[in-house]
Amino acid sequence: MGNLFKISVRNLFRYKRRTFLTTSLIAFGVIFVLGYTSISGSFKNMMIGQVTDSMIGHLQVHRKGYVASIENLPLNMNLNPQAARKVESLLKLQPEVEDYSPRIKFGGMFSTFVETTNIRLNGVYPEKEFKTIPLLSSRITDGRKTLHRGEILIPELLARGMKAKIGDMIVIVATNQDGSVNGKQFEIAGILESATGPGGRDGYIHIEDAMEVLRMEEMEISEVAIRIKDFGQVETFTRKLDGLLSGEVNRQGERSLEVHSWQQLSPFYNIARMIDMMTIFIQLMLIAVVLISIMNVMIMAVYERIREIGTIAAIGTLPMKILSMFLMEGLCLGVIGTVIGNVIGMVIIFILNVSGWVTFDFGRQKGLVLSPTVDPVNMLVVSAIVIFVSVFASLQPALKASRMDPIQALRHV
Amino acid sequence: MKLIQVKNVSKEYRTGEITVKALRGVSFEIERASFVSFVGPSGSGKTTILNLVGCLDKPTEGELKVSGTDVAGLSRKESAAFRGKHIGFIFQDFNLMPVLTVYENIEYPLLMVQSLPSTERKDRVEKLLEEVGMADQKNKYPDQISGGQKQRVAVARALVTNPELVLADEPTANLDSETAYAVINLMKKMKDGLGTTFVFSTHDQKIVGEAEIVYFLADGKLVDEKVKGGKNGQPV
Repeated sequence: MGNLFKISVRNLFRYKRRTFLTTSLIAFGVIFVLGYTSISGSFKNMMIGQVTDSMIGHLQVHRKGYVASIENLPLNMNLNPQAARKVESLLKLQPEVEDYSPRIKFGGMFSTFVETTNIRLNGVYPEKEFKTIPLLSSRITDGRKTLHRGEILIPELLARGMKAKIGDMIVIVATNQDGSVNGKQFEIAGILESATGPGGRDGYIHIEDAMEVLRMEEMEISEVAIRIKDFGQVETFTRKLDGLLSGEVNRQGERSLEVHSWQQLSPFYNIARMIDMMTIFIQLMLIAVVLISIMNVMIMAVYERIREIGTIAAIGTLPMKILSMFLMEGLCLGVIGTVIGNVIGMVIIFILNVSGWVTFDFGRQKGLVLSPTVDPVNMLVVSAIVIFVSVFASLQPALKASRMDPIQALRHV
Repeated sequence: MKLIQVKNVSKEYRTGEITVKALRGVSFEIERASFVSFVGPSGSGKTTILNLVGCLDKPTEGELKVSGTDVAGLSRKESAAFRGKHIGFIFQDFNLMPVLTVYENIEYPLLMVQSLPSTERKDRVEKLLEEVGMADQKNKYPDQISGGQKQRVAVARALVTNPELVLADEPTANLDSETAYAVINLMKKMKDGLGTTFVFSTHDQKIVGEAEIVYFLADGKLVDEKVKGGKNGQPV
């Protein structure tokens, strides 16, 4: 094997320019794929983080049918107190759960005594909400990063439109599920930066204030947002929780609760899938580049060395060894190109990280700085693909060389 | 037992609808440790005989045995293995591997064909380097040595596996007279020292005189044979 390697490397260095061009092409492809996957991957992860950590949580539990009509915030689809307690007690027992936050979601009128407009509100336990969606506090651009009873956090667009500022007193008026209208005065405690996605322009009040506005005698929860310790286990835990809650049935014997992961709740999931599709497409392009360039080089190598092949075949080199010799050349080209590509790719990604040059806007969020990271698994997969394709591309020329008739080869001019 | 036994061997090549008869019922036998030459004009069948004896090609008709083995019946892989074990080749254009040094070129058959251990390889290669007078050039690449030196390396490469038979197709065609004689003398010296049979083809009448047995070919037939001193040859 070592001798095959030695001969292959020497043959590659025999045609320095061609080897340089081919390995450069492979390295360029690897750099491009690494760069693309790390930037798009970090964009995807950042946006998933934004979506889950500032609004949705990792998964949510609702009464069956609530999500289908979530835009209307139907109060008659809330979890009754008994079901809410069952869900909470179940969540407390799950080791995967970091925290959870019950919410009462409703729509109402927001009045500054001068102007009135619509608002969507979340009634929450502030401590639990801040733990479940940790980026919420960073979205408070103005005011205190806390929420007490009698206080409200309002979205930035609303504050600007209604000329409302920190410390102003406003009134929230809402209709409960029985049609009764009630109002309550709140002090503006903070302004929330808007976030793209469902719930990105909602306001927040204390859950007990929400009960008061809606005249609830017992707490009826719209949803329970859940944060788990390992984000990678979202789908597994969603299935597990769904199984655990499958026993909860209504009077008609149908399931009364349903579990949704962030993928089912956020439209960004489709963008994330599209990014994954584009990554696969880019990897296919890399495969094509490697396949064509290596095959071209190896066909040339076989053609130029026909007499040499005839000589080594004549002196008794077995066809399998001749095949291995050319496959080894393809392998070496692939490995050299991959190693160079990975090293340069990592340096570029490191520079991008240090410099903070890659920024983007997402919805109303401006100047988000991307921190591209190299996923070692992805790097290994890309490297393995390139090396496999390099050997595969060498197979046809190598087979041709190994099957060559020594007499014809020795006669070749 | 004779090293080479050729009986009524014919070889035809087909190119489209045209059939070329390269050999027509040739028969001869060659003893071990002989120094034999095939002489004849272009197209007379010299190279075809060497190809058949060297297991690079198969006869259309007739019997062909090398070292007691019916080589006509060998598969492609068996032929390669037989060549690697029993036969050495010297080519008109030397055919050294340009990416290997003189030492590595000689070592190649031991390494890639016979897979011998490194100490044995080293012993054999260094001994042959001394014998062909290339020990001081062993680290040079083929493009750094002369034609005569290249052919000496080719002779060493052909002999390194201790073959019973070395076939050389016009080994002196690309050499000047002086170098050609030197190479032929080297081959004779190796034949005497190692007991290897050398069979070569040539056009060069001066070189022909060095052979112990000379077979004359014309139009694919053996037309004459001469035995120098009548000792080693056994003309049919």
